[in-house]
Amino acid sequence: MNALNIQDLNVNIEGKPILKNFSLTVPKGEVHALMGPNGTGKSTLAKALAGHEAYEITGGKALLDGADLVGLEPDEIARAGLFMAFQYPSEIPGVSIANFIRAAIQARLPEGENLQATAYYKELYDKMDALAIDRKFTSRAVNEGFSGGEKKRCEILQMMMLKPAYAILDETDSGLDIDALKIVSQGVNAMRGPDMGTLIITHYQRLLNYIQPDKVHVMWDGRIVRSGGKELALELEEKGYDWVKEELAAATA
Amino acid sequence: MHQDTSSAPTTTQVDILSGDTFQKHQASMPSNAWMQAQQAAAWNTFKSLPMPKRTEERWRFAQTVGLSLEGYTLQDKPADAEAILAQSAHLEDYAGRLIFADGHLLAKDAISEELAAQGVLWLSLEEALHSKPELLERYLFSLSTQLGSDKFEALGRAYARAGSILYVPKDVQVKSPFVAYHWASQEGASIFPQTLIIAETTSQVSLVDFYLSASGAPALACGSSHVHAGPGAKVFRKSIQNWSRKTHSFQSDTHTTERDAELYSLAVHLGGEYARFENDVEITGAGSHAKLYSLTVADDKQMFDQRSLQRHQAPNATSDLLYKNALCDTAKTIFSGMICVGKQAQQTDAYQTNRNLLLNPSAEAISLPGLEIEANDVKCSHGSTSGQIDESELFYMLARGIPKPVAQKLLTFGFFEEVIAKVDDPALADNLRLMVEEKFATREH
Repeated sequence: MNALNIQDLNVNIEGKPILKNFSLTVPKGEVHALMGPNGTGKSTLAKALAGHEAYEITGGKALLDGADLVGLEPDEIARAGLFMAFQYPSEIPGVSIANFIRAAIQARLPEGENLQATAYYKELYDKMDALAIDRKFTSRAVNEGFSGGEKKRCEILQMMMLKPAYAILDETDSGLDIDALKIVSQGVNAMRGPDMGTLIITHYQRLLNYIQPDKVHVMWDGRIVRSGGKELALELEEKGYDWVKEELAAATA
Repeated sequence: MHQDTSSAPTTTQVDILSGDTFQKHQASMPSNAWMQAQQAAAWNTFKSLPMPKRTEERWRFAQTVGLSLEGYTLQDKPADAEAILAQSAHLEDYAGRLIFADGHLLAKDAISEELAAQGVLWLSLEEALHSKPELLERYLFSLSTQLGSDKFEALGRAYARAGSILYVPKDVQVKSPFVAYHWASQEGASIFPQTLIIAETTSQVSLVDFYLSASGAPALACGSSHVHAGPGAKVFRKSIQNWSRKTHSFQSDTHTTERDAELYSLAVHLGGEYARFENDVEITGAGSHAKLYSLTVADDKQMFDQRSLQRHQAPNATSDLLYKNALCDTAKTIFSGMICVGKQAQQTDAYQTNRNLLLNPSAEAISLPGLEIEANDVKCSHGSTSGQIDESELFYMLARGIPKPVAQKLLTFGFFEEVIAKVDDPALADNLRLMVEEKFATREH
């Protein structure tokens, strides 16, 4: 099946269970939103899938077009086709954006094949223009001294350059003003299509005004408790997360 | 380029510690009474001083046991001069160039007629002894670092022959850098490179010293440099050291900044078995600025011993030191820095930062920052950090699919960029990047 298919994933941080039999399927070609209050494990899902060693996967599978990502190194996961737009991207002093993205693309080329610099820069500049990123940024160190909005746009730039099969956007909307939000959304919408599946993790409904999700999932206490169409996001916005909590309490009572 | 074809001196394979060798050296120097007296005095100082011990404050943590001056000799001109000249090509654009090997002048590219007409002087030390002795008497050997290498500095002065003398008159701005190469070539060679830069009022000039080995042979280098930045002058001196892994080197640099002068000093250290680098800035003029940068890649069992002194003796001046070291294997670096602010140096801004990147847990970086402040209205700070590659930065790179060894390499080079970015000459900056990359590429893992 062409999908990002997460099955009964269990993840601990420092021995404490955070994800509890988490299951979710994002078919290729669709955009799903994962919503929920803080502390329910949304970012844990992102970091664990990216292969961060602090997140211990104690059970379950994460199948990317059928191949399990669990146990792979972070760089292997990325090259397998999963892209993570981080909530708080690291600053990397002394490494320029151009060299950083170049190294990432080079790592995806077959052994012995070298990236064509001219074509690379043309594509890079085109995408930077589309994201309203100043071309001077190519020689700036990755994320160093960037504003919150610049960091998020830089994440989307990387996604557009790396063209992953699946992308997880972890709270990409947090800390963005409305203009930056529109630009980021345009970038995501531009990539939308049959070749990519996208999972947007967000706390707020606002981003979904600009990116229409095919499905919305609500997360609570380490698993998905409700799934629906894009109207679910509006309902959440209106009723708040306590509504989910109350429904859940009623159901389990 | 003018190649020097004068007859080689008669100092063949002679031990530098012997009085006979020194006498022969003196006899072969240009007859200048001042210089003869200076060198004789330096020889006596050298002979009278003991070798340093690590119990001395200025040699704390240094591995002084293996430091011996036995077995080094003065050499004739190397036979492979052509090959050395061909390798002296790191920069294409320069205002003047001097190339020395094993203490002998191999070649000189003189300055343009235009610069000469403006009064710029670009001379080898031997030339200057003939034509500008008064300049040397005023500035050469005028300062010592006060950082502990008195004995080695004295040895370097006693045997000084290879050296560059650069004089830039008032208001003259020279765009292209001056370049000097000091090569160590033959087995057991000892070399004593000297650099003297005198930049008069509101002049601008830069100079690059390359300290290199033409072979893997053991060698000894005792060198000194002195920069005199006159009022409002702007001077940038860079030194790039890539000695053979069997070289012991002692480099003592001094600087004086007069009123409103801007001084930049950047030192790159790659080679040597033991390399000591003393860097002393004496801020004598109000409102002057000094920036001191250093970049070191240490691997195998290399030891880099770095001592610095920022002496503020005038008000409203700033000094800023940034030394970055990357350490692999069981290499060791010592940074010992001191900022001294005198009573009269009010409104001083002085900073000192030492950052060490430990790429192997067995490597050792020692950091000894210090402040001595007598004035009461100053901003001074020092900071040092030693650590491994930042895990979150590494994870971020891995998460983009960059394999771990590539990510580590990029992060390590990124660590140096902060210093390399200060190089105002793009060609030299690229050369430095290549030299650093080469050192990593040829490392035995």
